[in-house]
Amino acid sequence: MDAGRLFYIVVSGILVNNFIMSRFLGICPFLGVSKRVETALSMGIAVTFVMGMASVVTYVVQYALLEPLGLEYLQTIAYILVIATLVQFVEMVIQKTSPTLYQALGIYLPLITTNCAVLGVTLLNMQYQYNLLESLVNGIAGALGFTLAIVLFAAIREQMDFAPIPESMKGFPIALVSAGLMSLAFLGFQGLVK
Amino acid sequence: MKGVVKDFVNGLWNENPTFRLVVGMCPTLAVTTNATNGVAMGLAAAFVLVGSNAMISAMRNFISPKIRMPAFVVVIASFVTIVGMVMKAFLPELDRALGIFIPLIVVNCIIMARAEAFASKQPVANSIADGLGMGLGFTLALVILGSIREILGNGSIFGINLFGASYEPALLLIMPPGAFMALGLLIGLINYLTRKPKDNAEKEGSH
Repeated sequence: MDAGRLFYIVVSGILVNNFIMSRFLGICPFLGVSKRVETALSMGIAVTFVMGMASVVTYVVQYALLEPLGLEYLQTIAYILVIATLVQFVEMVIQKTSPTLYQALGIYLPLITTNCAVLGVTLLNMQYQYNLLESLVNGIAGALGFTLAIVLFAAIREQMDFAPIPESMKGFPIALVSAGLMSLAFLGFQGLVK
Repeated sequence: MKGVVKDFVNGLWNENPTFRLVVGMCPTLAVTTNATNGVAMGLAAAFVLVGSNAMISAMRNFISPKIRMPAFVVVIASFVTIVGMVMKAFLPELDRALGIFIPLIVVNCIIMARAEAFASKQPVANSIADGLGMGLGFTLALVILGSIREILGNGSIFGINLFGASYEPALLLIMPPGAFMALGLLIGLINYLTRKPKDNAEKEGSH
């Protein structure tokens, strides 16, 4: 086990290849749930949990089930079902433990299933042929990068409520342009790790 | 018959998934570094949309509402797997360029949204028209965005050089920040050009 490699995965996942800012995974919740910092943060935590779990479970599904049976072509179908089940599970846990959080996340909780970041990270794990620990670390680092981006962005959008914005730029257009400026800042991390 | 045409045109412009509904953002931003990728991604998604809309509409009376989501997902994932296999076999270069965004068509909000909002309630012919309209509307948006980014960021369109060697391309447009900004400004421009004096309240809140 190479600690350097794990460190590389963490830095790369959070900063250099940030899921939202440079890989474009998980844009829907990024634009949808980023109006308030608290909601953004809870969304980030829920996604982190799902992405970590999904990385491990899909790894097991891939190497214990699909490959021995020669069913690799079912990868997409199998992964999305695993993720849908996990999200259902997380939803039930949050509903029982924190009804307020459940209310705040609302419709976006079941939508984690269709968050491309979750399916994306599991496919990337397989593409890079990470082992179990590396997959888990990659899933969590990617999700922390997602959380970082969405929380920062929510803070920007809270300020934007007070800004005079031209009528046709209100809503999504101005959000996308601000995301572009933020992505420009993240571009500065390129070359941090090789 | 008239209804079928109306459903088709609806997706093409009135409810264009990218410019109007603002859904399916991930592939829109990620693959539009040039116009060719935009066409490929758009058509792949359109095929899945037509196939899944037709299939789900045909089965709409047999699927119990309680398990409709998992059922939809399996149907959509099957069509995505077909697209992925065909692209790997016949268009390996495009398959590499689009990378994981081909399997990720499964989680494209447009497809799920159309299955839920349209195909699960409407007859097969209308659902196919809706899928085709939405799919081509998505393709149209990707090609427009891809062309803008390729012309400004690379000085070419569909790989054909436009301005000669003296043109210095604005590389930023090809990079991630350019994707966000180009799309934001484009939607802003379309809002500006198509706004009606009365109805300029911004629709917001869709994902």
